[in-house]
Amino acid sequence: MGKIKLTSVDFAGTKEQEAELRKMLKELKGTDGALMPALQKAQGIYGYLPIEVQKIVSEELGVPLEKIFGVVTFYTQFLLNPNGKYDISVCLGTACYVKGAGDVIEKIQNRLDISPGDCTSDLKFSLNATRCIGCCGLAPVMTINGEVFGKVKADEVDAILDKFKD
Amino acid sequence: MKKTISDINKIKEDLKLPMSIRKGARVVNETIGSEKFMRTVLVCGSTGCASSHSVKIYEKFKQLVHDNKMDDQINIVKTGCFGRCASGPIVMVYPEGSFYSQIKPEYVEEIFNEHLVKGNRVDKYLHHEQRDNPEIKNLYDVSFYKKQKKIALRNCGVIDPENIDEYIALDGYQALIKCLTRLKPQEVIDIVKESGLRGRGGGGFPTGNKWQFAKNAEGKIKYVCCNADEGDPGAFMDRSILEGDPNSVIEAMTIAGYAVGSNQGYVYIRAEYPVAIQRLQTAIAQARDYGLLGSNILGSGFDFDIDLRYGAGAFVCGEETALMTSIEGNRGEPRPRPPFPAIKGLFGKPTLLNNVETYANIPEIINRGSEWFSKMGTEKSKGTKVFALCGKTNDTGLVEIPMGTTLREIVEEIGGGIPNGRKFKAAQTGGPSGGCIPAQLIDTPIDYDNLIQIGSMMGSGGLIVMDEDNCMVDIAKFFLEFTVEESCGKCTPCRVGTKRLLEMLTKITEGRGTLEDLDKMEELCYYIKNNSLCGLGQTAPNPVISTLRYFRSEYEAHVVDKKCPAGVCKKLVTYRITDRCIGCSLCSRNCPVNAITGKIKERFTIDTSKCIKCGACMSACKFKAIVKE
Amino acid sequence: MKKINLKINGLSVTVPEGTTILEAANTAGIKIPTLCYLKDINKIGACRVCVVEVKGARNLVASCVYPVSEGMEVITNSPKVLDSRKKTVELLLSNHNQDCLSCVRNGSCELNKLSYELGCKSDSYEGVKTESKVDNSSLSIVRDNSKCILCRRCVAACQAYQSVSVIGANSKGFDTHIACAFEQPLGEVSCVNCGQCINVCPTGALREKDEIDDVLEALNNPDKYVVVGTAPSIRVALGEEFGYPIGKNVEGKMVAALRKLGFKNVFDVDFAADLTIMEEGYEFIDRVKNGGKLPMMTSCSPAWIKFMEHNYPELLGHLSTAKSPQQMFGACCKTYFAEKMGIDPKKMFVVSIMPCTAKKYEKDRPYQSAAGVKDIDAVLTTRELARLIKRCGIMFNNLKDEQFDAPLGIGSGAGLIFGATGGVMEAALRTVASVLTGSDLNNIDFNEVRGNSSVKEAVYDIAGMKVKVAVVSSLSAARDMMEKVKNGKADYHFIEVMSCPGGCVNGGGQPILDAHTRNTVDYKKLRASAIYKTDKAMKLRMSHHNPAVREIYESYFEKPNSHKAHEALHTKYVKRNSFN
Ligand SMILES: Cc1cc2nc3c(=O)[nH]c(=O)nc-3n(C[C@H](O)[C@H](O)[C@H](O)COP(=O)(O)O)c2cc1C
Ligand code: SF4
Ligand code: SF4
Ligand code: SF4
Ligand code: SF4
Ligand code: SF4
Ligand code: SF4
Ligand code: SF4
Ligand code: SF4
Ligand code: FES
Ligand code: FES
Ligand code: FES
Repeated sequence: MGKIKLTSVDFAGTKEQEAELRKMLKELKGTDGALMPALQKAQGIYGYLPIEVQKIVSEELGVPLEKIFGVVTFYTQFLLNPNGKYDISVCLGTACYVKGAGDVIEKIQNRLDISPGDCTSDLKFSLNATRCIGCCGLAPVMTINGEVFGKVKADEVDAILDKFKD
Repeated sequence: MKKTISDINKIKEDLKLPMSIRKGARVVNETIGSEKFMRTVLVCGSTGCASSHSVKIYEKFKQLVHDNKMDDQINIVKTGCFGRCASGPIVMVYPEGSFYSQIKPEYVEEIFNEHLVKGNRVDKYLHHEQRDNPEIKNLYDVSFYKKQKKIALRNCGVIDPENIDEYIALDGYQALIKCLTRLKPQEVIDIVKESGLRGRGGGGFPTGNKWQFAKNAEGKIKYVCCNADEGDPGAFMDRSILEGDPNSVIEAMTIAGYAVGSNQGYVYIRAEYPVAIQRLQTAIAQARDYGLLGSNILGSGFDFDIDLRYGAGAFVCGEETALMTSIEGNRGEPRPRPPFPAIKGLFGKPTLLNNVETYANIPEIINRGSEWFSKMGTEKSKGTKVFALCGKTNDTGLVEIPMGTTLREIVEEIGGGIPNGRKFKAAQTGGPSGGCIPAQLIDTPIDYDNLIQIGSMMGSGGLIVMDEDNCMVDIAKFFLEFTVEESCGKCTPCRVGTKRLLEMLTKITEGRGTLEDLDKMEELCYYIKNNSLCGLGQTAPNPVISTLRYFRSEYEAHVVDKKCPAGVCKKLVTYRITDRCIGCSLCSRNCPVNAITGKIKERFTIDTSKCIKCGACMSACKFKAIVKE
Repeated sequence: MKKINLKINGLSVTVPEGTTILEAANTAGIKIPTLCYLKDINKIGACRVCVVEVKGARNLVASCVYPVSEGMEVITNSPKVLDSRKKTVELLLSNHNQDCLSCVRNGSCELNKLSYELGCKSDSYEGVKTESKVDNSSLSIVRDNSKCILCRRCVAACQAYQSVSVIGANSKGFDTHIACAFEQPLGEVSCVNCGQCINVCPTGALREKDEIDDVLEALNNPDKYVVVGTAPSIRVALGEEFGYPIGKNVEGKMVAALRKLGFKNVFDVDFAADLTIMEEGYEFIDRVKNGGKLPMMTSCSPAWIKFMEHNYPELLGHLSTAKSPQQMFGACCKTYFAEKMGIDPKKMFVVSIMPCTAKKYEKDRPYQSAAGVKDIDAVLTTRELARLIKRCGIMFNNLKDEQFDAPLGIGSGAGLIFGATGGVMEAALRTVASVLTGSDLNNIDFNEVRGNSSVKEAVYDIAGMKVKVAVVSSLSAARDMMEKVKNGKADYHFIEVMSCPGGCVNGGGQPILDAHTRNTVDYKKLRASAIYKTDKAMKLRMSHHNPAVREIYESYFEKPNSHKAHEALHTKYVKRNSFN
């Protein structure tokens, strides 16, 4: 998992999700090695594993919260941050950076009010910084759910994001 | 519904003929035409081909057959991987053995109408080798397959992995029947021992001995585990087996359970393998339904069942103790051995752990006998090994070759040589744990001991071929970056040592290294190998050690001349515009940092102090006027 | 048991099967360095400084976890071994904030010592360091990961001894670090401040929150009347900081040193322990007689209190409401003593010397201000006291013995044995039995509740009543006990709980012993026996006989559990959730 990035998205779990989670945990409790399947299923329910969810897992399975967090941060598949419906990656490789990728990402940060590694509270956009994706000729480059946008200028950001309205 | 042994044998008999059509059209003669199934179309439905829409192709064929009311003449089957993913999607038509590659959904109708209905092969969609060479009648005649010997992959690309009957038809579960009805557990183990089978997960530990330890271990509860974590970058043989022939692993684990006295199996499989997971789940459900898993298997009184556990993206969990620690619900950190898993493994109980490919060999060994198996291979490495051949060869893919095949045969015959007239420089085996085999050792017969001897290892079977354009320092750095990222962080030599090693390598690739650094680096490598807690750390320096051993001059070039001979290490490379430049300005317009200036129709120049070495100009120039040196 | 014969450095050694190479070498008088290994709780083979050569083995093996086998040949000091250990420590140093000159563990740091012994260079390897920042949030404990070597001894202590598990390894690879869930500061999670993690830490990555400067400032403030009291277990441990053997009672020198430091009065918290017995003892008698909540549980260990508040809020009614001896001591200083001396309690500065880091937290708890100001102003651990003495140039070893001041310096043997597990129970039984039977017992040694096992039980016949007691030390044992209580499976009348294994002699503020000592010496027993030996030799061995205690009731609190006593000497607890 590398460096730990905690989420700034407000928890929006529903009663139904919690009921489903608790039911699942009660069924798993007592089976050998319940924690990994429990976390995998919990992530299936919520999409990520914020503190609220890990606390429920801790309560139901009787496993200390820190132990759970240690496990979650060990495996790359467990997410502490929700992924947005649209996952934006901005290349901060050298070519992109010198061509103003810094301004681009800053612009996105301001518009969405999140920092890299985060997701907007409506779960629409998540933002990541990546290394060179091999499109330096198009620098600065960003991708949204894999679709590549090249030669992006900071003042074009709004127009691009506007395309992803719903 | 539960089946008896005679039910199983009947399924086999009933499907014998239609199945034989697929196992090599050579043995099928013209009289087949009068049988119920005139033709069988195999569409690869594994991950590689599925990602290029093979499922759509399959469905389209199905639809066409159905619409034309030819269901009783043409059999469309979705199979596992053929090993030629790079040329996927793959479609095979039997009995002719026509090998269509890179098929798009749009082509299906034409193939259907021309080939399946009228019987005229559509040559333009054939795989190039078959298209160009009329001699080649069959998939297995193309050079990529000719040298191969399929044991572990025997059913991959042949059967429908989601239909247990097809597995049964090709002798599936006969080995289990044999064990349960005619062999004592010790006799099973003796066969495995005598076969000379060694673990295909990397270490090459004799499988029979491992089974013996687990059998001898005291304890009522024992576990049989299958390592399907397959984390080596570039290796995907285990995935292919699970996607293409999941029952072979289920059958083998059940046999292992019978042999060592265990009633519960676990498959630890990467969550990144959704197709494999789904096929395995389907196969387990079918096996349970037939009474091939569960209590009182085939009326023998023996109980065995299998559960899946999913990895969550940590390479180190392929290490056996880490895998068990992970199943137990912890951070996947390896633990010291002894105690060995056979004595104290999963949940503290005696545990047998084998790799997917190791298991896949077992039913064949039981069916055909240890002697049949031990005749293949070299003195201490028996049978075959599957490799994922990739990198700079014309053909790439999964290949299963008898042990003792030389690297040259793999590269030149199976892989069809190096493209673009470049020269073979080295091959890397064993992934991040392995090492490089240089050109002067290309005739080394590949087996466990030879590879160790020359400073590499079998590993799980990644085989990357490199030519002159690859920088060996960069390759070493690439693998080390991987291990640093994947180190669990528990023990000092690996957590800190590999990080420092990587920093030294980085220094060298950036031209800041010294000759003393090389010695210090080598020392650190041996230290890390000797002192790390688990196999990850113990093998992490191998790529560095082996490249230092065979390509020291290349390191020295980086250190002394501050040059990267292969032109890979960015910091040491300069881009220069030669006199082939016609002054079109395209490069200048593509340079992200405006490092290129010049007058139209005159030779342009690069300001090297501005250049960030992205290479955009070089790919832009239509006149090959820009060189990297 | 089967015996195994092996050779270590050419020496023939015979040890029982299952012994590790490290233990076998120890029996042969050969020392192998360790960093991560801690007997019974941390056998993870992670640090790799204990590597040795085993003939026939492919790599070096970690002797702390490698079992011996018949005919094995081991070399513990070959050039290869020594060079490997050196590199290991150098690698640790390369990711270490080498701030030895201002490090609290300078002198007791296992890393520092090993680096010296192995001839390490501090800059052999250079590179980036794992990101970290100092966590100052706890009132008791400071965590500085820049000095952490990831031996995980603290994690093991927190889990195995205390079942608290608020610290653990987060992230992986080079980014691995010890921290709390969601990187919360230690002060905001359910850490109980026991300090056991500090005691096992080989380096300066964990330390107590230092209050020496506060104390020095008060001592130099002419407006403050500064008094000090020492907990029972200080006198049997402080000497270790000055080179005395483990288990030496240095009470006289300790008192002399404190006086030299400038404290107006040097008191003994044993007095307050006696007072605690009176309050708690009478509370117990009252609960038994009037159907109060049983089993009653002791309340003198603040880590235990916090543990209950987090984990068993529904059982808080079982806890005695009596304040801990430290807080009673402060309360008496600022009420009774201040009145008697005509000092404004606001000008009084009460320092307690404690074996304990949780006491630093306790002093700031609510309902701990008998005189309207905090009962206690500063808490120094045994280690801090030793540093203060050294800093002020007092030559401890040459001091002549001196005695505590009256009246709050008069303590009984019963108060003294509070320092060891079982002591509170024994002290209470001495008094309760005497009160209930109306006359003093002949034999006041309750041997059943002594000793270091984590759970002890006994049934005593007191005035015709069978009193069933349990004594628990370590919170993991306490957790098991509370599960029993919760499920109605514990029919005890009285339960003593000490958070630290072995009680305060092994408190989180006591002198730090290196792993080798911890692994090979029964230091808890040595410290505890010094206490019991002193108690045995004392004339005053029962709390209710303490003349100062009698005096304080006669002239001030009237009688145990009186309204006034309740105001000053009892406290309340708060419900918390299990996470923070
Ligand atoms: C770091 C590391 C990663 C490993 N990854 C795998 C893996 O992905 N799959 C596998 O089968 N074995 C892997 N192994 C080897 C296993 O630890 C183990 O030896 C093997 O699964 C045993 O099966 P075998 O005897 O059939 O080979 C790995 C070993 C190490 C040290
Ligand atoms: S060698 Fe690396 S992966 Fe293995 S235990 Fe040590 S740190 Fe973890
Ligand atoms: S390599 Fe990249 S930065 Fe350098 S001149 Fe060419 S385009 Fe510009
Ligand atoms: S693109 Fe090539 S030909 Fe055109 S200006 Fe650049 S170097 Fe010259
Ligand atoms: S922990 Fe030890 S090595 Fe580190 S700074 Fe402190 S004394 Fe020095
Ligand atoms: S130990 Fe050495 S480095 Fe440290 S202060 Fe003394 S002389 Fe200086
Ligand atoms: S003080 Fe006690 S509870 Fe807190 S972290 Fe340390 S050992 Fe755990
Ligand atoms: S804080 Fe201390 S005890 Fe804990 S892991 Fe770090 S060095 Fe070890
Ligand atoms: S047992 Fe003693 S040292 Fe430990 S927390 Fe309790 S009072 Fe403090
Ligand atoms: S640096 Fe951004 S694509 Fe290469
Ligand atoms: S996935 Fe189709 S050939 Fe490999
Ligand atoms: S590995 Fe043995 S003491 Fe750390």
